[in-house]
Amino acid sequence: MTTITSGTAATPRTERSAIASWFAQLTAGKIVAQLALLLLVVVWTVPTAGLLISSVRDKDQLTTSGWWESLVMSEANEAASLPPADTQVEENGQYVIRGSVFPEDEGRTVVRYGTSINNPSEAAAGDTLDLRTGGEITVNADGTFGMVSAAPFEYDRARIFVVAGIPPRFTIENYVEVLTSEGIGRSFINSFTVTVPATVIPILIAAFAAYALAWMSFPFRGLLVALIVGLLVVPLQMSLIPLLRMYNGIAGLTGGASKTYLGIWLAHTGFGLPLAIYLLRNYMASLPKEIMESARMDGASHFQIFTTMVLPLSFPALASFAIFQFLWVWNDLLVATVFLGNNEGQIVLTARLRELLGSRGDNWEILTAGAFVSIFVPLMVFFSLQRYFVRGLLAGSVKGG
Amino acid sequence: MWLQIAGALVTVVIGVAACVLYFWGTNWVLDRTLGTSGAGAAGDGVATAGQDKLRTRIRPWLFLAPALFFMGLYLIYPVVETLRLTFFDRFGTNYVGFGNYIWAFNDPQFQQSIFNNLLWLIIVPTLATAFGLIVAVLADRIWWGQVAKSLIFMPMAISFVGASVIWKFVYDYRGTNADQIGILNAIVQMFGGEPQAWMTITPFWNSFLLMIILVWIQTGFAMVILSAALRGIPEETIEAARIDGASDIRIFFDIMIPQIFPTILVVWTTITIVVLKIFDIVLAMTNGQWDTQVLANLMFDWMFRGGGDAGRGSTIAICIMIAVIPIMIWNIRQANKEEGTR
Repeated sequence: MTTITSGTAATPRTERSAIASWFAQLTAGKIVAQLALLLLVVVWTVPTAGLLISSVRDKDQLTTSGWWESLVMSEANEAASLPPADTQVEENGQYVIRGSVFPEDEGRTVVRYGTSINNPSEAAAGDTLDLRTGGEITVNADGTFGMVSAAPFEYDRARIFVVAGIPPRFTIENYVEVLTSEGIGRSFINSFTVTVPATVIPILIAAFAAYALAWMSFPFRGLLVALIVGLLVVPLQMSLIPLLRMYNGIAGLTGGASKTYLGIWLAHTGFGLPLAIYLLRNYMASLPKEIMESARMDGASHFQIFTTMVLPLSFPALASFAIFQFLWVWNDLLVATVFLGNNEGQIVLTARLRELLGSRGDNWEILTAGAFVSIFVPLMVFFSLQRYFVRGLLAGSVKGG
Repeated sequence: MWLQIAGALVTVVIGVAACVLYFWGTNWVLDRTLGTSGAGAAGDGVATAGQDKLRTRIRPWLFLAPALFFMGLYLIYPVVETLRLTFFDRFGTNYVGFGNYIWAFNDPQFQQSIFNNLLWLIIVPTLATAFGLIVAVLADRIWWGQVAKSLIFMPMAISFVGASVIWKFVYDYRGTNADQIGILNAIVQMFGGEPQAWMTITPFWNSFLLMIILVWIQTGFAMVILSAALRGIPEETIEAARIDGASDIRIFFDIMIPQIFPTILVVWTTITIVVLKIFDIVLAMTNGQWDTQVLANLMFDWMFRGGGDAGRGSTIAICIMIAVIPIMIWNIRQANKEEGTR
């Protein structure tokens, strides 16, 4: 996600609307406007950015520092044991011990170090300190150290204390983990299984109905349109209990399962139809009347007109609804929880995420990566097809006045 | 797993094929049985005209039948059935009169939910519409406005559960003396405040933090609709006001707002309906604990609590429905008005 820095000069536009020129007079006001908008954009994007950055952070770092610190070196106090005294060697009449604070190299560095636990930042890396056991020690920035003494070293256990600089670590481990062992991968497949038929089937059914409501005349047409507008806002909650009872009843009669993919496909079809018909009818009704009439003159039947002319011409509206329905079904939790099971083969992404929130509430590496997997597909759909999405929104809200 | 994907794809194919077959097949049958060359009183011109008329009368219903069937089964029948169930006990078998309603109005959790839903209804549509309007007005005059609008619109694509994870991370709390990894607490700490376990702050404030999530999602919607409405204001109107020496603030409040007021109302009611059904956010964030319960979550709770209580669950659903009805009537009247002007 790119952060936009505010520039104070507006680029001149050739076509300047009245609203734009109204604002163009302002100068101080303009700067305030830029800052206000920038602030809003930051507030709106930071939560998602935090999730995204956290999902690729090392899981130990994730729990100890904020994601906004993840790009800079973090510091941590550490203690390291010095090698036992019998590893010393004699060089040029001096006793020497060499070693490294970081036995396995992890790219860490020594920022400061000290010989006492109370003062781990006594000296900078590369400086030399006196050891309490006699002799001197020099710790280098890369962690290697050398101890030098005129007399042989004699101690049981000794430690030095360092302020270690830990470089930011980014990893895809979290994603590997959620996709394999946490079941997000499986749920991803389940979500697709639910979404694709639940998006395609209502479109076809709605398209025919929308054509009839837009271009055929028959009694009760106005009433049906009013009914569909009314059904647009009926809360889903009204349908849940009767349908659950109905599904359980059918399962009881046939001996089958009550929670099936077929059940949820049909449920989403039913719930999506009012919006689909409403959007498509409005669009089809706005198609030029002359085309229809001349086709009728040529003896084309309604069925032919619909399949060869209206359907292809209605592509933008079909696309709008398809995006709506796809996002709605993919993001739905309620219908999936009620009509699908929680077993491996049926649990969808949103339901799995909710389950993880309960069972792994403190494992942010799992939650952030899992959440990003679940929002990745809608975000892609959204950014690539935003034009159709916006058009659908504008057409879908009942215009006032 | 692959079997499952294959199954889904086959379903798409079968579903589409069944639809095509139905529409094509019924049309074919209609043309055949009532066609001019078909059986019946052939040669009699009057009868053929009658058949023709019959065909035009039947055909719309063939086009409509599948849609009407699904809407009837999945939306209309359940509304009637839910209403019936409110008068029955938990199994939907014994008539209890107004027992469920009496229970509801005496239940502290239900009262809590009604109160919280009212708060949601006041706060979320107001804030989302206001922020949407501010962004729409600001973005129109700034060269990077389009990018800004895209970014503010983005949360619309994120599921309520996904948004809950995002914001739970923002509100994360790590104990008073620990380093905070939730950005809200880090900001509070930066200004010398005490980190809080936000989700447990009763009364009101924890609910308010949940509402912020929905405002975050819905502002983009308000922005898109209002932005389109603002562009529809005739240039001359604003030009004239400016020549008359009206200040920008006055132009905004005295011209822009009245001009787009009908649209503001539409945005408001649409968000209101979303708010009435709000469920996922509360379930994922607190599951109604710490006095954050709302109607839809309470209903979900009763659907499954102790094997499920159809009567009480339905009663709560009806309460949501009653709140929607005024908006529904208003929408239908608007739609009819438009129909008349077509």
